[in-house]
Amino acid sequence: MKARRYNNPVGVSRFTGLLLISPFIVGFLLFTLYPFICSFALGLTDYDGIHAPEFIGADNFRKMSADDRFIKAVKVTLKYALILVPLKLVVSLMTALLLNAEIKGMGVYRTIFYIPSILGANLSVVIMWQYLFTANGLVDQFLEMIGLSPVSWYGSPNNALFILVLLRLWEFGSTMLIFLTALRDIPTEQYEAARVDGCGFWRGFLHITLPQLRGVMFINLVLQTISALQEFNAPYMITGGGPLRSTYTVGMLIYDEMFTYHNAGYANAVSWVLFVMIAVVVGVMHLVSRGERK
Amino acid sequence: MKKLPIYLILSAGVIIMLYPLLWLVGASFKTNEEIFSSVWFIPRSIDLQVYRNAWQTVTPYTMGHYFLNTFGIIIPRTVFALISSVVVAYGFARFDFPFKRFFYALLMIGMFMPSIVTIMPSYFMWSRLHLLDTYIPLTVPWLFACEGMFVFILIRFFRSIPVEMDEAARIDGCGSIKALVYILLPCIQPAVVTIAVFTFLRTMNEFLQPLIMIQSVENYPLSLALRLSVDSTGQGYEQGKIIAMSVIGLIPSIAVFALAQKKFINSITSGGISG
Repeated sequence: MKARRYNNPVGVSRFTGLLLISPFIVGFLLFTLYPFICSFALGLTDYDGIHAPEFIGADNFRKMSADDRFIKAVKVTLKYALILVPLKLVVSLMTALLLNAEIKGMGVYRTIFYIPSILGANLSVVIMWQYLFTANGLVDQFLEMIGLSPVSWYGSPNNALFILVLLRLWEFGSTMLIFLTALRDIPTEQYEAARVDGCGFWRGFLHITLPQLRGVMFINLVLQTISALQEFNAPYMITGGGPLRSTYTVGMLIYDEMFTYHNAGYANAVSWVLFVMIAVVVGVMHLVSRGERK
Repeated sequence: MKKLPIYLILSAGVIIMLYPLLWLVGASFKTNEEIFSSVWFIPRSIDLQVYRNAWQTVTPYTMGHYFLNTFGIIIPRTVFALISSVVVAYGFARFDFPFKRFFYALLMIGMFMPSIVTIMPSYFMWSRLHLLDTYIPLTVPWLFACEGMFVFILIRFFRSIPVEMDEAARIDGCGSIKALVYILLPCIQPAVVTIAVFTFLRTMNEFLQPLIMIQSVENYPLSLALRLSVDSTGQGYEQGKIIAMSVIGLIPSIAVFALAQKKFINSITSGGISG
């Protein structure tokens, strides 16, 4: 085998680059790979965080399959992601299309729509959201003003999950910005050519816009799915997981098992299952998007 | 006038985006009864006393104390993140080395790794090192370019600078590090601003990490102090004070975003995360 030639400036060894990226390599080993392996290993033990972990094989995983709290949490998390992610992508894409329509003051709109997303899970925003949906809070008062009856937001399982969905939907700005950037990269000549050929807006959208958005669509889909499946802050602070565990996500279950019940072994096993869930979902998305491109 | 519907929809959107925040500011001046009886955000009267009370918090420390704590995390983080991501991105963008594609893939994997999987073993690691309840677990990992997104942003910026500039510097006798510091760094200022702003916002928003790593109220960052205030006050409590604390907690993020917004949004949209 011929030795690989390294394309570097004269006098620069092939190890210079390695040396420069070495902080990343060390960091990856210490703060990603090591905890990742540890997490799996701890998942095979009975561990309370104080006494030495005791190896129990796959018992934690067996326990999970019979644990109603776990099964319910998985269902809640999947339901949450299935409602939130498509909604957020559609709203983001539609807003990006509107902002791309050569309107005046586009920069101002873009900034305003971006503001909620920079606040993210800021505790202040979470507290604000709690107030907005309390009985007789702003949302209820608004519904009454337009002649609708107030909704029991925290009282009903479906509505409670929706409070969280609406919070994350409100923060759609960064997703929208990614779409908007990609939209502005599409040459306008393509639309003009299509218009000359008699294409309307919808056909232009289907045949020109959507195909060129495939890349960012995938990125947004993956990023949003990962963060939705890990949701912790919003239910922890806003609904406390209730009512009837209808907003009790896997993230909350892991936290409780670890820090409330001191079942570190079980908590790690659950976090590993969550990881596998995320990896499978993202893997399937990747395969589908690659299949479509062919 | 064909665009009128677009403006109407966008304006409705603007209201949805901003009204809750306006309402929050107004509600801080309202009495409990007023908060739950009017959709209009302007309060009947404005008395800044509520902000003086809010500054004192419901804990033994003032908001100022928690701000300083938060900045005690933000400042080292920003410095660490900038130095390490610039060096690592420089390596990826300008040099060829063994297993380059493999490490590039690792960078990607690190970005998609769910933090909930790695956080518990990290907790045990820091606990064994007796470093819980200090800011070391929250800051030291940032010395190792742990934010893949920052590295990607920088790689794109480096690639947009012509290689001829480095070559010219080398002919003039600059080594790899000198070329980076004197020639490339001045060209990537917008990316540096973006990374600093992202670090700031992310730290202000962070909750789970400090919740796990920090135990004593004295060391709490702002987010945990706010949570403590909500938890320790009941329904009948003066809601205005909690709301005023939340408003104070939002000011730094909004101020930083307002100051940097132009550079920030431009560098995301032009060379940023949307691959």
